[in-house]
Amino acid sequence: MATAAIPVKHAGPGWGLRALARRLRNGDEIAHLFTLVFAASVILITSLLVYELWVNSALARHKFGLSFLFTRVWDPIFDQFGALPFVYGTLVTSAVALVIAVPVGLGAAIFLAELAPPKISGALAFVIDLLAAVPSVIYGLLGIFVVVPLLREYVQPFLKATLGFLPLFQGPIYGVGFLAAGVVLAVMVVPFIISVSREVLLGVPGDQREAALALGATRWEATWKVVVPYARTGILGSIFLALARALGETMAVTMVIGNNPQISASLFAPGYSIAAVIANEFSEATGDLYLHALVELGLVLFLLTFILNGLARLLILATTQRGVGQE
Amino acid sequence: MSIKLALDQNPQANPLRGSLAVPAADLHLRIKMSSLNFYYGSKQALFGINLGIAANRITALIGPSGCGKSTLLRTLNRMHETLRHTRLEGEILLNDENILEMDVTRLRRRVGMVFQRPNPFPKSIYDNVAYGLRVNGYQGSLDEAVERSLRRAALWEEVKDQLHKSAYGLSGGQQQRLCIARALAVGPEVLLLDEPCSALDPVNTAKIEELLFELKQHWTIVIVTHNMQQAARVSDFTAFLLNGHLVEFRPTPQLFTTPADPRTEAYITGRFG
Repeated sequence: MATAAIPVKHAGPGWGLRALARRLRNGDEIAHLFTLVFAASVILITSLLVYELWVNSALARHKFGLSFLFTRVWDPIFDQFGALPFVYGTLVTSAVALVIAVPVGLGAAIFLAELAPPKISGALAFVIDLLAAVPSVIYGLLGIFVVVPLLREYVQPFLKATLGFLPLFQGPIYGVGFLAAGVVLAVMVVPFIISVSREVLLGVPGDQREAALALGATRWEATWKVVVPYARTGILGSIFLALARALGETMAVTMVIGNNPQISASLFAPGYSIAAVIANEFSEATGDLYLHALVELGLVLFLLTFILNGLARLLILATTQRGVGQE
Repeated sequence: MSIKLALDQNPQANPLRGSLAVPAADLHLRIKMSSLNFYYGSKQALFGINLGIAANRITALIGPSGCGKSTLLRTLNRMHETLRHTRLEGEILLNDENILEMDVTRLRRRVGMVFQRPNPFPKSIYDNVAYGLRVNGYQGSLDEAVERSLRRAALWEEVKDQLHKSAYGLSGGQQQRLCIARALAVGPEVLLLDEPCSALDPVNTAKIEELLFELKQHWTIVIVTHNMQQAARVSDFTAFLLNGHLVEFRPTPQLFTTPADPRTEAYITGRFG
């Protein structure tokens, strides 16, 4: 910082008080300074976050090392802590959520952007943006009172009867569990996918659509083979936004996932997620090691989000290059 | 062939009505429009247009902005149907077949279109040309069809070594010729061009104009242009539109040298528009 400041001093045209005052009067300098500080604060907060997570998980990190990530036991009484069931629960529920939400969200976005009359599209978009703002505890209640009974009474018996040969749909039916959490997460993230994808689709230049239609494409062919591929990057972006939301969702998940740290191939089984366990056990974490293990879980979630976002970037980069460039 | 090439609804406006100085014998009409009215909502944009498009000739539509020349062009492959609240009255015959009753995707394969701004897809050069073929379930060799189309659009020599690179890497003029190749690949009979050179520099404009001369051997071409010099250079027939009315439609040299209507004269001498 200090070394960087010196050349700036000399580079400026006049560094006297009057010069400074003149430059400040200009406004540009002030705007520059303020926006720079605000932008830098983002980096500062992120670094602080990592630092705090790192320092406050020291005990757990030293005791368990990397095996923390691969241990299936979570036993506060005997001071045995492993992150694996929580990582598993977080990933599985998010995956279920995306499997359901991506087709629904993309389909709805295509309808709103391409097929619906503008008035209906605008009105629905407004409702969808409202949905995105509903607090997650409300979705949790919806999960407990609607999704879980529905799953238990109808959906899960049906899945078991038809797709029961898959390990995914075997075992006792509780209602709560990975599937319930995944479905509730899907309901929560669909508005994000619709809202962002719709904007992106509406941003596709009309001449792309016209070019396809003029070649004898049907409306659907023009949409599916030209408009959607053109908007691909933005649509992927909306999906990763949804994924980020699903990974970190706490309240709604803990209300329906069953809160049982186990790893089961069956989606019907109850499980636990990282965010849920931190929220549930933080207040009652008595020992230092227990507390540090929870903070380390937070660190793991942070890294998980970080890695998945990085992969997302790579994927977007790869698809844009394979599709030979957006712009 | 007693089709009247041009007719204005207003009898005073067109002293040449019904008698165009074109030898009718060797003139085959690819498209015949009669009593064409067009509406955007309640606003009428075209008024009783009667117009014949000669096969293997270039017909230019000129007129000031908003005169309806692009609207007229877009009715020929029913691109106006992509807009809401539009209405078309009258009859358009393509080889004596009413296009308004045709399946629209089939019509658009027979009447191709090139737009004002080059609008290649964000795909490779090859995939751009192949797009229409794939959509229409083309059975033959794609490679051959792509090469043939690119050659016809006078682009093959420039791109044959980079077929699988992005079309966005091409210059504006090359992109526009790529769009022409893309339209030709589908095998149309008629090619519509909507101000195809308005985004191009003079060198690339000249290339496109040269290309149009080649293309008219095989295709019937209708070009909308705001550039009167261009209409004079490339077209065989020119139609002058004003406020949605067809004012005058004659062989290009006559229209530009001895316009029959005072409004045409005013326009081509630059007194308005």
